[in-house]
Amino acid sequence: MTMQNVGRPTRPEDVQPLAAEFASLTGGRGLLQDEALIFERDGWTKTGVDLPEADLDGSDLGDLARSAPIGLPGLSEPEAMRHYVRLSQKNHAIDLALYPLGSCTMKHNPRLNEKMARLAGFADLHPMAPLPTVQGALALMDRLSHWLKTLTGMPAVALSPKAGAHGELCGLLAIRAAHEAKGDPRRRVLVPTSAHGTNPATAAFVGYSVTEIAQTEDGRVDLADLAAKLGPDVAAIMVTNPNTCGLFERDIIEIARLTHEAGAYFYCDGANFNAIVGRVRPGDLGVDAMHINLHKTFSTPHGGGGPGAGPVVLSEALAPFAPAPWVVHGANGLTLVEETVEEAAQAFGRMSAFHGQMGMFVRAYAYMRSHGADGLRQVAEDAVLNANYIKARLSGVMTPAFPDGPCMHEALFDDSWLEGTGVTTLDFAKAMIDEGFHPMTMYFPLVVHGAMLIEPTETESKQELDRFCDALVALAQAAKAGDVDRFKGAPYLAPMRRLDETLAARKPRLTWKPESGVAPAPLAAE
Amino acid sequence: MRFTKDHEWVALDGDVATIGITAYAAEQLGDVVFVETPEVGKTVSAGEGLAVVESVKAASDVYAPLSGEVVEANAVLADAPETVNQAPEAGGWFAKVKIADPSAYEALMDRAAYDAFLESL
Amino acid sequence: MRYLPLTPDDRAQMLGVIGAATIDDLFADVPAAARKSETFDLPDHAGELEVERELVGLAALNRSAGAGPFFCGAGAYRHHVPATVDHIIQRSEFLTSYTPYQPEIAQGTLQVLFEFQTQVAALTGLDVANASMYDGSTACAEAVMMARRVTRRKKAILSGGLHPHYAATTQTIAHAEGMDIVRQTVAIDAEAAVVDAIDAETACVVVQTPNVFGVATDVTAIAEAAHKAGALLIVVTTEAVSYGLLKSPGEMGADIAVAEGQSIGNALNFGGPYIGLFACREKLVRQMPGRLCGETVDAEGRRGFVLTLSTREQHIRREKATSNICTNSGLCALAFTIHLTLLGEVGLRQLAAINHAKARRLAQALGAIEGVEVLTKRFFNEIAVRLPGEAAAMVEGLLDDGVVAGVPFSRLDPHAGLDDVLLCAATEMTLDEDIDAFAQALARRIGR
Repeated sequence: MTMQNVGRPTRPEDVQPLAAEFASLTGGRGLLQDEALIFERDGWTKTGVDLPEADLDGSDLGDLARSAPIGLPGLSEPEAMRHYVRLSQKNHAIDLALYPLGSCTMKHNPRLNEKMARLAGFADLHPMAPLPTVQGALALMDRLSHWLKTLTGMPAVALSPKAGAHGELCGLLAIRAAHEAKGDPRRRVLVPTSAHGTNPATAAFVGYSVTEIAQTEDGRVDLADLAAKLGPDVAAIMVTNPNTCGLFERDIIEIARLTHEAGAYFYCDGANFNAIVGRVRPGDLGVDAMHINLHKTFSTPHGGGGPGAGPVVLSEALAPFAPAPWVVHGANGLTLVEETVEEAAQAFGRMSAFHGQMGMFVRAYAYMRSHGADGLRQVAEDAVLNANYIKARLSGVMTPAFPDGPCMHEALFDDSWLEGTGVTTLDFAKAMIDEGFHPMTMYFPLVVHGAMLIEPTETESKQELDRFCDALVALAQAAKAGDVDRFKGAPYLAPMRRLDETLAARKPRLTWKPESGVAPAPLAAE
Repeated sequence: MRFTKDHEWVALDGDVATIGITAYAAEQLGDVVFVETPEVGKTVSAGEGLAVVESVKAASDVYAPLSGEVVEANAVLADAPETVNQAPEAGGWFAKVKIADPSAYEALMDRAAYDAFLESL
Repeated sequence: MRYLPLTPDDRAQMLGVIGAATIDDLFADVPAAARKSETFDLPDHAGELEVERELVGLAALNRSAGAGPFFCGAGAYRHHVPATVDHIIQRSEFLTSYTPYQPEIAQGTLQVLFEFQTQVAALTGLDVANASMYDGSTACAEAVMMARRVTRRKKAILSGGLHPHYAATTQTIAHAEGMDIVRQTVAIDAEAAVVDAIDAETACVVVQTPNVFGVATDVTAIAEAAHKAGALLIVVTTEAVSYGLLKSPGEMGADIAVAEGQSIGNALNFGGPYIGLFACREKLVRQMPGRLCGETVDAEGRRGFVLTLSTREQHIRREKATSNICTNSGLCALAFTIHLTLLGEVGLRQLAAINHAKARRLAQALGAIEGVEVLTKRFFNEIAVRLPGEAAAMVEGLLDDGVVAGVPFSRLDPHAGLDDVLLCAATEMTLDEDIDAFAQALARRIGR
């Protein structure tokens, strides 16, 4: 007999249970690595790229040339890879688990779309390359436009806005231009109290004053209040539909009628288009302008905060004022109208330097083609079904803000069920982190106390929804049973414990500075 | 000391009113992280914005309870906004305003009336 | 449908739990007139292979920049991006996460942003930088509106050397907010005219260096004049690699620096997504637009990062916010910061030197052609040349020779009367053979 195996303990019962106070000697946490800042690694003379020598002799830059050190550390390629991979592991992601941020539509991001956006014909294409060399790109923009116009039932679309808020700005600028063209500049924009913060911020950005419209008990625009506040100085209303309470505005057609009767335009915040795509066309509801967040409804990845894309569909009344550039069919193929002259004489101007978020257009178009008209309709249905399922499953332990009737793509709860438990919405959200889920949107919309807004999206399976609901039911029961420590100290199991946001705001430290206040030698030179 | 329904307090010394927010308001705001105080020399009308007080997740306008001209802003708050939480009705004052009409002061709520107002909330 | 996990059985069961008979019951709030019962006039779903086929077909109709000699710049530059960059930005945890609203499970994104902000501050020579804007042009418009908040003045002077699309974007957005935008005459040395235009009403002056004609300028004197008048100096840069070789905006007295950061880490993408860099002096930080990441500690005293100074932003301040921006260019910022970390100071300086050397070679080659005048004297990696005829026609002609010669100025601004001016950029991607091919083809066509 050969003794290949010496008796190593291999059964779990031989392992000591984890002591409550256990801490590693180095501060490490197993696979979760503590990671210093790139500025703390003494890489001041390192580089992770190999470049040929360059000869600056004969340059006449003279005193324009930089002499002082910049202060940029470098890392070799293996160090850089580890740095960012270690950091990545401290993030939650839709690829890991449900990410039910209400109003954010965190759905699966198909990798086909990433692959398509990286084709050299799209990614390695210069925005000012001669038009005969970019016909495929213009054709893609044209096809995307066709899909967006068809899905919304609107006659025109401006592709260049770079995100939702930029789209709002585009829509309001078109509205402003339309009023000015009639010689009737108006001063006020009406916004419901439940609106996204971007709505009033955008209106103010365009120089309008903002008047809030009240909300009814059942979470919709108060028609009487709207009618009372509409008047000859109102330029537009901005209404999100489905709204931020996750409800469809039942009176939407009447809202549009009243608005138009007052000579105002109807801007629709399309952040929640996912709930109705393929089933309802905003054009049939009387909308004059609506932005479409391609990074929500059409699944382009959120990337930790961006980039997005916010094309704006426009009604006949607003279409002539759309900003440059846009694609037109000409005698020699497709061309771009880039200047606000001649055929674009009424265009209100330009939203950004080039033609919009082409990389996002490719991804969104690939997504639309994959789903097709039938699939997109199913998207809306499953998104709404999933949200109502969550609402139904959680209503026994949590309090839905609007219990009567169905919700659309997101379920909204208030915090009245937490009353007397000593647990707040924030505590509850942080405890969800320990259970492996990203919290829902909290404290928004502002009209609901301690709001918890849950948007599952259509890309969650029933199994994952059940896992999520089981976790929330268990947490809710724990809160009601007085297990307050579970919440007040949460999260316990995340890469970090609760962070001190007050300290961050009182004494802002927004860039790295040497601890000692003395720059490292290579930086201190000269 | 007099009070408003927007939870400002005023203390009058001659024709100079010291203005701050009440202990109740400071408690409701949570940890104050920044105060935007008015420029000296600015004239304000009663009910107009005088200062902005910020916590991490909220920014609130503080209204001038009385009309007048700002003669001093509390410099302490720039480096120590937490003073508003620690001593809201003393060292955490926002601005001193030279007021035009001292009789307006008498029209504001006294402590008992303000306490009763808080009870009613 | 491959992206939808629910089965018909799941749906039936779930409707049962909800207590609805059909899915239509859940759409009961939609007015009957607006409920579409049939699908739209669009094709039905398609498999991965079919979609890929269509898109590959469209991509093949384009001539990518790498297909031959290529000299377009004018605000977007072709650079080499290390393979590591694209690998990391496609990691699920970066690609498929949201804005870091729950910092305990977003430290990856937040630490990256903190490092990014520090790098941008260092590059621009200023104290603080935000977590990114959409692109350079919108950052420029935001900077102008920020100057209004800081100075409480309305007039903004845009130098004639500012990229015409940046000027148009700023005009569109800042004018709507009520600012008076004074756009100076477009000229290659337009910066010389800026100082005289500054007056006591001026909120800011906006100067681009290198400017749209590639001219690198020392703006120190403009900074002094602006400050003397109580105005801010905003310095715009459309080619971020130039920071590696040229004096930083901060060194020259800028109060705000904005830039297009596409050159570092990001592909050309036919114009977007790109990444706006935005930096300023510390005392102005509360008037800054956009998100900011800051350092703090957690409940156990360990260092961590959070979004901070959020009361400036739309989700809290609403109509009183410094900007309406919400979504920014997070993933592009990640690509930028990874590439810059790989470069380090050593690599960035070297990369910048290579770019400059290539452009000098280009200037020499084009300048040697009879009838061609190189207008830009002190440049980084881009030059303006005057041709003996319309630049747009020449660019079209040179396509037949396989050369993409650059951007005719008339395409950026048809009203400037500079139809014979061509903008040509060279980067580390430009081969010496490309320059030779361009020069020979151009000489041939001019000689004809």
